[in-house]
Amino acid sequence: MIARWFHRRGWSDLVIGLPYVWLLIFFLIPFLIVVAMSFGTRTSTAPPFGFGGENPAINLAGYARLFSDTLYIRAFVTSLTNAAGAMVLCLLIGYPMALGLTRVDRGWRNILLMLVILPFWTSFLLRVYAWMGLMGSNSWFNKLLTGAWNWLVPQAWDVANVPLMHSNFAVVLVMVYTYLPFMILPLYANLERLDPTLDEAAMDLGSRPFAVFRDVTLPQSIPGIIAGGMLVFIPAAGELVIPTLVGDSSSPMIGRVISDEFSSARDWPMASAVAVALLILMVGPMMIYSRFEARAQARERSE
Amino acid sequence: MTQALVRIEGVSKSFGSFQAVKNVSLQIEKGEIFSLLGGSGCGKTTLLRMLAGFEAPTQGRIFIDGVDMAAVPPWERPVHMMFQSYALFPHMSVEKNVGYGLKHEAMSPADRKARVREMLELVQLTPFATRKPHQISGGQRQRVALARALARQPKLLLLDEPLAALDKKLREHTQFELMSIQERTGVTFIVVTHDQEEAMTLSDRIAVMDQGVVRQVGRPGAVYEFPNSKFVANFLGSINAFEASVTALGDQISVDVPALGQSVQARAVGGLIVGQNVTMALRPEKITIHRTPVEGDNVLAGEIKDLAYFGKDSLYRVALPSGALVSVHAVNAARASDDDRLADWYDKVWLSFDPSSVLLLTD
Repeated sequence: MIARWFHRRGWSDLVIGLPYVWLLIFFLIPFLIVVAMSFGTRTSTAPPFGFGGENPAINLAGYARLFSDTLYIRAFVTSLTNAAGAMVLCLLIGYPMALGLTRVDRGWRNILLMLVILPFWTSFLLRVYAWMGLMGSNSWFNKLLTGAWNWLVPQAWDVANVPLMHSNFAVVLVMVYTYLPFMILPLYANLERLDPTLDEAAMDLGSRPFAVFRDVTLPQSIPGIIAGGMLVFIPAAGELVIPTLVGDSSSPMIGRVISDEFSSARDWPMASAVAVALLILMVGPMMIYSRFEARAQARERSE
Repeated sequence: MTQALVRIEGVSKSFGSFQAVKNVSLQIEKGEIFSLLGGSGCGKTTLLRMLAGFEAPTQGRIFIDGVDMAAVPPWERPVHMMFQSYALFPHMSVEKNVGYGLKHEAMSPADRKARVREMLELVQLTPFATRKPHQISGGQRQRVALARALARQPKLLLLDEPLAALDKKLREHTQFELMSIQERTGVTFIVVTHDQEEAMTLSDRIAVMDQGVVRQVGRPGAVYEFPNSKFVANFLGSINAFEASVTALGDQISVDVPALGQSVQARAVGGLIVGQNVTMALRPEKITIHRTPVEGDNVLAGEIKDLAYFGKDSLYRVALPSGALVSVHAVNAARASDDDRLADWYDKVWLSFDPSSVLLLTD
């Protein structure tokens, strides 16, 4: 009876439809509001923008400024390079960890997987503050690094402390720390499904372990690399909190710019224009990729 | 004396407290098709994996072409394996799969290409060279796996259940194809299989394995007709087995078989003493059914209890007055309708068999 009720077509439609409705209400509609705002004009009313009247109905000034004011271009470049750096480092650190997870026995695997997720159980802000403490010029960690540096290099290059805080390096470091599980988990899910006899087959045909990895494991894990890469790159590019707390305020990331435009400058149309540009920058490559992927699949099927 | 290509000397393998292979010694000659036959968990696959180098023996040594393999990693062994799942690389085309091992050979790209083409021709897959493994059928995949394993001209090819994933018709065809490829290439084959028919048709020699131990090694005919134990006799084909005790030795051996309620004459074999308990075994196809009483030593009277008609042959189960059941396999040589066939349910029949067909097994 319950089974029949569950299998009723209307019920399955509802279950499938619910996430769509959710996305419509909480993502698509707010996004359309942002898009609309980006064409508005800044006013001193509340809310601080308007359309028509003495202002143009569609004001493209915000988009024009994206290209004319180097602040925005620099912010985009900083965001993309920081995010790309974090992504590559996450991949380099996360790949061996994910691969290692597939090679340990079941009991250990669950414990290690839990350790990967464990940092999520403490507040994200708390963990960033912990990093700030570590990197600050008076911390034991910094003193240790300073001592090591001064010991290694000639005296002329000695420093009072290693400038870790308020740099893009600090931003990338903390982002790698924060987003590493997002790289490991999809990679692990992908690597875990691979057939270990394929490794044996490659070895049997004369490949040393490194060649086995290069020829068999790596090509088959590309979907996992792409999934993990996106999960790190996209939030990292729009990151606000980490660059605000540990970053270099003279070269802000795009999240910081959006936040500043909204709050201190109260230029909502400009903030919206930046947000829309960021979204296009993020979604564009993704759409091109999935289009490419779908075409490759269709080609394979038709052969 | 020619040296054996593969020498396995007292090899054992334990996984924790489980002993998968127990003190196995075998010699495999060059150009042979050698089968390791046994049920699941008998250690045959473990032995194969030790030959390929994926497992190290806990004890004993393996020599291939005179070289001790203990320190030789899988990628340096002159041995290739055809995996049961075929283990084709899903992201590579058929020709890339076949050519994969050749990457490690010092040969020009043109030679490599020619070799791949030659292998594809050998297994008749030339038109499918650019396909991916998931775009071809199971039988074709099996041939790709074979071509890939043969491409580097190994001294020894290991085949793990090569035909298990194919359907029956294809299996018969592929069996002969495997044999003809082996003949043309001259590569030594070691085949792991659980299918006794497959082992019988393919192999020059068979090793029957059970619980990590090799029970008997020999040519298919020898192992089938002269099994050294009840296990081997039962595993290869079927037998009628009864407890018996030796009553007289001489030109023929007399054994008393309580279950048959009479004694049976067997051809003389050595190593038995009067009073010894043995198993008297008889293959169902070695027994003849008669509709009328016959004279002679090894004659049993009974009644048809069951019969299964397979077309080309029939299996009868004959109940003896003692209550014992004897299986008899008879070829339907003459064409007969249902009404006039050799024997029918509840018919009274006489069974006879030659003393030379009687197996006296002590193990």
